[in-house]
This record gives sequence, structure tokens and C-alpha cells, in this order.
Amino acid sequence: MSAITTPIAQPPEAWDLPYRGKVGMACLIIAESAIFTIFVVAYLFYLGKSLTGPTPREVLETPIFYTICLLSSSLTIHFASRFLERANRGAFLGLWFVTIVLGGLFLYGTGQEWHRLIYEHGLTISTNLFGTTYYALVGLHATHVTVGLLMLGIVFLFGLAGRVGPEQSARVEVLSLYWHFVDAVWVVVFTVVYVLGR
Amino acid sequence: MSSDVMAIQTREVGGRPWVERLHEWVTTVDHKRLGILYILYALLFLLIGGIEAIIIRVQLMRPHSDFVSPQVFNRMFTMHGTTMIFFVVMPVMFGFANYLVPLMIGARDMAFPRLNAFSFWLTALGGILLYFSFLGGSGLYGAGNAPDVGWWAYAPLTSRAFSPGHSTDYWTIALVVSGFGSIGTAINIIATILSMRCPGMKLSRMPLLAWLTLVMSGLVLISLTPLSAAQIMLLVDRYLGGHFFDTQAGGSAALWMHFFWIFGHPEVYILVIPAFAFASEIIPVFSRKPIFGYPVMVAATICIGFIGMSVWAHHMFTVGMDSNANTFFVLTTMAIAVPTGIKIFNWLGTMWGGKIQFKTPMLFCIGFLFQFLIAGLTGIMLGSAPFNWQLSGSYFVVAHFHYVIVGGILFALFAAFYYWYPKITGRMLNERLGKLHFWLFLIGFHLTFDVMHIPGILGMPRRIYTYEPGRGWDTMNFLVTIGAFVQGIATLVFVANLIISYFKGARAGNDPWDAWTLEWSVSSPPPVYNFASIPTVASRRPLWDLKHPEDPDSRYE
Repeated sequence: MSAITTPIAQPPEAWDLPYRGKVGMACLIIAESAIFTIFVVAYLFYLGKSLTGPTPREVLETPIFYTICLLSSSLTIHFASRFLERANRGAFLGLWFVTIVLGGLFLYGTGQEWHRLIYEHGLTISTNLFGTTYYALVGLHATHVTVGLLMLGIVFLFGLAGRVGPEQSARVEVLSLYWHFVDAVWVVVFTVVYVLGR
Repeated sequence: MSSDVMAIQTREVGGRPWVERLHEWVTTVDHKRLGILYILYALLFLLIGGIEAIIIRVQLMRPHSDFVSPQVFNRMFTMHGTTMIFFVVMPVMFGFANYLVPLMIGARDMAFPRLNAFSFWLTALGGILLYFSFLGGSGLYGAGNAPDVGWWAYAPLTSRAFSPGHSTDYWTIALVVSGFGSIGTAINIIATILSMRCPGMKLSRMPLLAWLTLVMSGLVLISLTPLSAAQIMLLVDRYLGGHFFDTQAGGSAALWMHFFWIFGHPEVYILVIPAFAFASEIIPVFSRKPIFGYPVMVAATICIGFIGMSVWAHHMFTVGMDSNANTFFVLTTMAIAVPTGIKIFNWLGTMWGGKIQFKTPMLFCIGFLFQFLIAGLTGIMLGSAPFNWQLSGSYFVVAHFHYVIVGGILFALFAAFYYWYPKITGRMLNERLGKLHFWLFLIGFHLTFDVMHIPGILGMPRRIYTYEPGRGWDTMNFLVTIGAFVQGIATLVFVANLIISYFKGARAGNDPWDAWTLEWSVSSPPPVYNFASIPTVASRRPLWDLKHPEDPDSRYE
């Protein structure tokens, strides 16, 4: 058995590869985008094909306030991770908390809308095609918000315990990429459901 | 030096109680062990899926056979298809990718080792769930056990009215779970290739296997996810009373077909691109020449990836799409033959003028090359809409896609087993048994799948559990079944070879084939951390540079 172990040639120039966490998250975002695309296609395909009421025009109300909440949480998380990079722990934790509150408000808004649709308009997931596609698409997004909030919450708890410092900022950045994605998906869902869909 | 390392390892492993060793394998996050787990898991399901195929063939051997009931026949072809695609070929390809990619790009492990283990166990859980349906699938009313809706599970067959009980749910959940596992592995492979390459391993110097695995993983991200999405919709329909695929409430059965085939056709490329990858590594080594047209091979693969995502509805010509859609999908299907043809020419160009060594891996690669070509030709026939209208749903289609999957993918896979088994186990596979395996399998394969085209052209529909005598199908079906048995025997020879050679095979050494990629620079089997010190490469064939310092490849790059 020959003892070849390390083929060494001349040492190469600077060797710099992208951070694996970011690459992994980018891949996850691509995969998730494909899942959302299928649900959006189903929503658009079945627009106006319900055999019974209620229709989107009759029952949907544009959730402007909660949309502003969610979209502005993208800004707060961005600045939070900037503050973490600069080792400003207090500002990081504060903005991180604001992000969680904004995300929570959005989720509350979704819950309130569903409550209204179910109890006032009798629209459930089995009422008609609109109900099926609406709850599936918005529910898929709300699930992603919930998962995001759980992860933000974990980071917040670690942060309170003083375990999140600038050396973790690359990982925190990966999480904030996910949160930006959740927000971007809402822009699409909002456009499809509340603008084009009515 | 490396043999010392190995000896120490063997003594250690031999001395420990089996519970501890089992615990080590179950909790492992090592890419090599996970790769082996994937491969063993796939081999187990290969045998199960093979037995199901034999049951199907025995039933069809003669007209009016009552070997199994129609219900059991439906379950057999459903389970055969689902098993072979999702629990044999996908895991075995991920297994080889897991094992080889870090070694080939000079990394010590995958980018996310724990995600890697998680993905494997998700896939394993999926397979177990699917087969648990035989025990737990009956549900209420004692209706059915294993899924019997076909591997593509068209609506409305999957609705509550036609699939009572839980058999379809086991199928759905098994595919969702294993699908998430595949997505996890694909993410891992891409992150590994983009972020973990050793110094000097530019993208343009990566072994083709790494390149092709990268493209395959990208396809998994984009095209396996639609299946997961559609399965979630199906679960909403079945459990929450949704109407996605419920035609009674305005839902569309054709939408399921689109969603399924948006996944289903790229899936073929997810399976075949790793087969291309094996051929691209093995053919140069046994032709003693570098691969012909490396950049073109990469470009053709990426091209196949892109076009592969726009051909799905050629599975649906008989659904009644309008003529614009038909034309579009005919043209894209024809177009994908171009990059595939380029690849075949490049492999031939690699062999041309080389000192070809006809060892078992090379024999399987040559078989792959010619059979994949024929499979592509019948693919072009089926890809033209008017011809498709005549033959869709017949045994011609079955013969065509088995030509791709068995004649193409499985042959390349066998080549990979013979080529990398020495690296994985440290022992050579027996060459005489290997040649016996090759010739037996070749004869069985052609007996089965060449002949199978003919009853298809004569009008025999797929998925029928029996047929009337005297339609001209009898002799053909008999021959097809004989061929299936020959393939079964050949597979047993292969399994016997795997087992016998593990204990009795000749010692392989680091580099039994005089190859050029980094995995052959370490001991066989490789040490736990792969590379004592991270290697540095200066060309596409780092080991050539090392063995031929007077004329290294790096001089010409």
C-alpha cells in the first residue's frame, strides 16, 4: 500500500469560499419558493371556480396594518443583526424583541381574520374551492411565520442569557435571511390573495 | 503508514460489543457511514422491489393466470414503482454522493453532518412507513392494505370514495417524509460543494461527479418540492375535507397530473444524472485517457437540468391539452435529446483511441452507453404527440422507461459498485463473479425489455392483471417473464459477490485502478477524517500530477 496522502502542488492564491450557512439557507429558500409557487398556482388556477359562495370579493378585507407590521419587521431584524456585528448587545436585543412582537402581531392578525371568516361568514377549508386554496396558502405562510418566531424566540432567550455575541453574527444573519424570505413570500401572497384575487 | 492506521482500527472495532457498534452506526454523523447506510438501505429495498417485480411477471406469464388476485396485483405494481424510485434509486444515488463528494473535493465531511444524519433517518422512516401499510393500512371497513393507486396516484383514485382506509395515506406521508429527507441532503450537497472544497479545487477543476451531483441536487430543490406541495394538498383533501382534486366541487384531476409530472419528469433526470456522473468517472479511468470535452459535459448537464424542467406534460399528451401545449412539449422533448447526445458522443470520444481495459466496471459502463442510447431513441418516439396517442398507456411505455432505469441507470449503478467497492470496503469485488453477473444481467435485461416493446405495439395495456389468450401476446409475455428470472438470478450473483468479497476478496490498496481523483489518495477504507492534512490541487487530475511529476496536468491548465 503506497503512502500517498496529500497531493501537494504549489500553494494556491487566496482561497475564499462562501459561508456554508448562507449557502444552505439560500438552497432552503429556493426549495421553499418552489413549494409556495405550487400553492400560488393552485390558488390562481381555482380563482372563480368555486361552485358555491362565499367568494373572495364578498368576505376578504385587506390586512394593511398587519402587513405593515410584518414588512417592517424585516427592517428591524436587519438593523438588529447589524448591531450584533458591532457588538452592541442592548440595541440588538431590543430590536430583536421588536421583530418578535411585530411577527406576533401579524400572526394575531391572521388568527383574527380566520376567526372572522369562520364565525361570521361560515368559510372553512371544506366550504368551497376558495376556502380550500385560501386556508392552504395563507396557512402555509402562517406556518412559516410560526417556525420563524420560534427560532427568533430561541435566539432571544440565548441573547438574554448573554450567549449571543458578535462571533454568532454570521449564524444570526442566516436566520434573518429566512425571516426576509418569509416577508417576501407575504408580498406575493398579499398580491395574489388580496389584490389580484379580488 | 496508512496500513498501520487500518490495522489499529480493525482491532478496535473487533474488540467492542456489538451493541456499542450498533449504537455508533445509529448515531453516526460521518458522511462515509451515512453513505454506506444509504446504500445498504437501498439494496434491501432493491431486493423487496425485485420480488414485487417477479410477482407481477409470474402473474402475467400466461393468460388467465390466477397467481395473485387483481387487488394484490394493483398493490404490487404500485409498491414496485414507488419502492424502486423513492427507496432504491434515490437513496443509493444520495449514498454514493454522500460517500464520494467530500472525498473527491478534499473535504473532511459534509457541510452539515447532523442534517445529513437527520435526512438519512427521514428517508429510512419514509420507507418503513410505506411498508408498514401492509400491516396497518386496512383502517376502517377492512378496505385494502398496501397502496394500490399506481405510483403516480392520479385523482380521483386517491379520494376518500375510491381509497377508503389508510393505504393511500401511508403512501402520501411516506413520500412527504422521504421528500423532506431528500431536500435536506440536496441542501447539504450543494453547501458542501460550494463551501468545502480544498484549496486549488476550483469549480473548473472539480471531478465531473461533483459537478453532476451539484446539478442533480439543484434539480431536487426545484422539482421534488412540487411533489411535497401536492402531497400536502392531497392530505388536506383527505383529512380536512378540502377540494383541491375533488371534481365534485369544481376541483381538477388534471391539476394533480400537472403537479405530479412537474416533479415526475425532472425526477428522471435526478436519477439519471448521477448515472452520467458514474460513467464520466469510470470510462476515462478504464480508457486510460482524461474525459473528452470536460466543459461541454458540464454545460450539457446544466442544459439538461434546465430543459428537463420544461418537458413534463409529454406524459400527458392523451389528456387533451390544446395543440399549442402539445407542440411546445414535443419541441422541448426533442430539444433535450441534443445535450444528451452530446454526452454520449463525449463518452465515445473518451474511449476513442484509448487503451480500453474491459474490467467489470467498464463492461457495465459500455452496456449503459448503448442501452441508454436505445432508451433515448424510444423516448423520442414517445415524445412525438401523434405516436404517443397510439402507444400511451401500453407496454411500449413500460418497456421504454425500464430501458432508461434498468438499462441505463441500473447498469451505471452496478459499474459504480464494482468501481468504488474497493474504496468503501478495502476489498476487490470478485472479477469472475462480476463478469458472470454482467453477462447474465445483460441477457436477462434484453430478453425482458427488448421483447416487452412488442406486446406494447400489439396493444397490450399496462397495469392489466391478466389478458385473454390468442391475442399474440402470450409467447412474448412468457419470454419477458423468463428474462425477469434471469435478471433476478444475476442480482443474486451480485449480492453473493458483495458478501463473499467482503470477507474473501483481494486487498485493494489505496488505488487499485490507477485512477486520478482524490478519493484514491487515501487508504481503503478511508480514515475517519479522510485527509490527515487537507490536500491542495492544481489540476483536474491531482493524482496524475502526483504520479507523473515530470508531466503534470497542471502544466496545461
